[in-house]
Amino acid sequence: MRHKKTDRNAFGPAATTVVVMCLYIANSAPNSVRAIANLEAICKEHLKDNFKLEIIDVLEYPLRALADGIVVTPSLAKMSPSPAAKIIGNLSDKSSVLRALGIQG
Amino acid sequence: MNGTKKAVPRPLPKIATGILGFDELSHGGLPRNRISLLKGGPGSGKTVFALQSLVNAVRQRNEPGIFVAFEESTRQLIANAASFDWGLPTLARNKIYFMDAKLSPEVVQSGEFDLSGMLGMLKAKKEEIGARWIVFDGIDVLLTLLQNPMSEMREIYRIRDWLADNEVNAAIITAKIDGDSSEIVNYGFLQFMVDCVIRFERRLEYGVALHRIQITKYRGSDFAAGEYPVSFGPAGMEVDAPEPAEIKQVASGERISAGFERLDKMLGGGLFRGSSTLITGVPGTSKTTLAGKFVEAACGRGERTLFVSFDESADRIARNLSSVGIQLKACVKSGLLRMYSARTETIGAEDHLVKLKALIREHRPRCMVIDPISAIAKSGGIAAARAVANRFIYLAKDEKITVMVTAINEGDEPEAEATDLQISTIADTWIHLSYLIRSGERNRALTIIKSRGTWHSNQVRELVLSDAGPMLADVYTAGGEVLMGTLRWEKEGEERAKTIQRRAEFDQKREALEVAEADTRARIKALQQDLERQRVELAMYSSDNEARIVFSSDRKKELGRIRSADPAGRAATGTVTSYAKRRASKGSGNSGRKNKTEARHAP
Repeated sequence: MRHKKTDRNAFGPAATTVVVMCLYIANSAPNSVRAIANLEAICKEHLKDNFKLEIIDVLEYPLRALADGIVVTPSLAKMSPSPAAKIIGNLSDKSSVLRALGIQG
Repeated sequence: MNGTKKAVPRPLPKIATGILGFDELSHGGLPRNRISLLKGGPGSGKTVFALQSLVNAVRQRNEPGIFVAFEESTRQLIANAASFDWGLPTLARNKIYFMDAKLSPEVVQSGEFDLSGMLGMLKAKKEEIGARWIVFDGIDVLLTLLQNPMSEMREIYRIRDWLADNEVNAAIITAKIDGDSSEIVNYGFLQFMVDCVIRFERRLEYGVALHRIQITKYRGSDFAAGEYPVSFGPAGMEVDAPEPAEIKQVASGERISAGFERLDKMLGGGLFRGSSTLITGVPGTSKTTLAGKFVEAACGRGERTLFVSFDESADRIARNLSSVGIQLKACVKSGLLRMYSARTETIGAEDHLVKLKALIREHRPRCMVIDPISAIAKSGGIAAARAVANRFIYLAKDEKITVMVTAINEGDEPEAEATDLQISTIADTWIHLSYLIRSGERNRALTIIKSRGTWHSNQVRELVLSDAGPMLADVYTAGGEVLMGTLRWEKEGEERAKTIQRRAEFDQKREALEVAEADTRARIKALQQDLERQRVELAMYSSDNEARIVFSSDRKKELGRIRSADPAGRAATGTVTSYAKRRASKGSGNSGRKNKTEARHAP
């Protein structure tokens, strides 16, 4: 499991809340690789350090992914703040990702 | 071609789906270790087919399966299948894994995705439960999300490669594709990739939904190429597979009762076992009653019987028949008789056929009634109904069931059989019932129009119903007219009176002759008595006379002795005496002298 946790400034200014996300990928499949890159770029640009991201390789943890209700890869699940959201695809459409994550672009 | 060696065709390995009719249609089921594509519009039965194949694999061969649902949620699927007796909730716990692959509408799509993750998960699950079957249900839903023909093709390839790496007994992909125009760009490619394509269709004909199935492609195998009706029962889907072209029915010489003795006589001894009988007639001519009588007779022989009625409840039929002395309820209770009634319009004619097949399989009847078969003309198109009616009869014949079907015809002329179903040509026996109206009466008449392979009466009989059941009565033809009802009754009365009169006359004459005979006998007796008396009298007279002669000759001798007569005289006297004795011994009893005297005095 690739695990990347960035937990700085969790109790920072009121305007910034921590976004908890989980990205499901399929090893080094092109779309998955692209998704990681795209997400990292978005986080860097819009969330600074106010996010928690877990990256799960479904080929490594298939039964966990099944239990999480993952269908296709890559899939991004936003757990908090509510409402929860789910995004599929390589996250190349930045504006729709931001909208789904509830971030003002 | 002469020099080349002909390759011996190796049969393609197949795996049975356990779906009734389909395995016959496909000559064994789906291609083993290959992909089959089920295509068709919404509600055409693809999902049921796929799910039922999985259920059968588990139940019949204990082969677990995976069902990937792109279109419906697992909960929906299980709820939808609740009408079938598959016990799906139990199977879903341990034998069939349902993967909820339906993307909720809230899911946002951003950019391309692929199935590599999903296939990885499926591989793990397959190994975990040892799945041998896999279904991708509604792949079109997923493919349309890909939004790009290149990606579609890539993902289809991905699935194919996965299936090649992860051997399963059979893989089924279903896709919502209506007709030949496809929304999926790679529809043609999908078809090319799979080894077997089965098309499902649901269409409306005269307001009745008809389900059809057709195998459009089967690599390396022959198959029945036509379009076949599909129906849904408690056990799931059932395909009405075609009957083999060759008719292999064995003709039986056994006769069974058509219901009652008089009718059997008219038929030359009853119906042949396994034959089919058509009863036509306008409404109210007692077609059902005759059929009911046939059923009662069959149950009476202890034979399992099936009574199929259309548009009238079984209970009502049993009640109506009991009014003419036909008791079916007891037969139903004993389990010999199965009554099934169906509404014609709700399902197509072919569905009725499939239902009937299921009933026959279940009940295993030896005799069967379909009342009225003409009702199926109401469900769906007439061409279909016509074919189904014929197949009803062929089905019964194949199963060696003696079948009696009724059909309503509108006119009273049997030749104008207005049933539209044209079954009269394939029925072995055709009984026509009609009304004859004369002198303000309506009477039922029964005619046997044909009865193959047997003598039958060509006479019209009157069908009389009473609480003791149907009866046939002779009809009178007087002056070229057929007499029935009251007229027949009058004629019968007349005939009876004549007979009584004739008998009385005869008796009278005989009595007179007997009296005369007795009289003559008495007279003979009296005369005989007279004769006897006269004989006795005569005998008495003769012996009296002899005594007298003996006495007189003795006196003469005494006299001669006293008077000392000369010897010559004595000798002469002796001679006379001996002569007289001789005469007496001959019965005359007279002495010669006396005789001479008498002869002289005789008139």
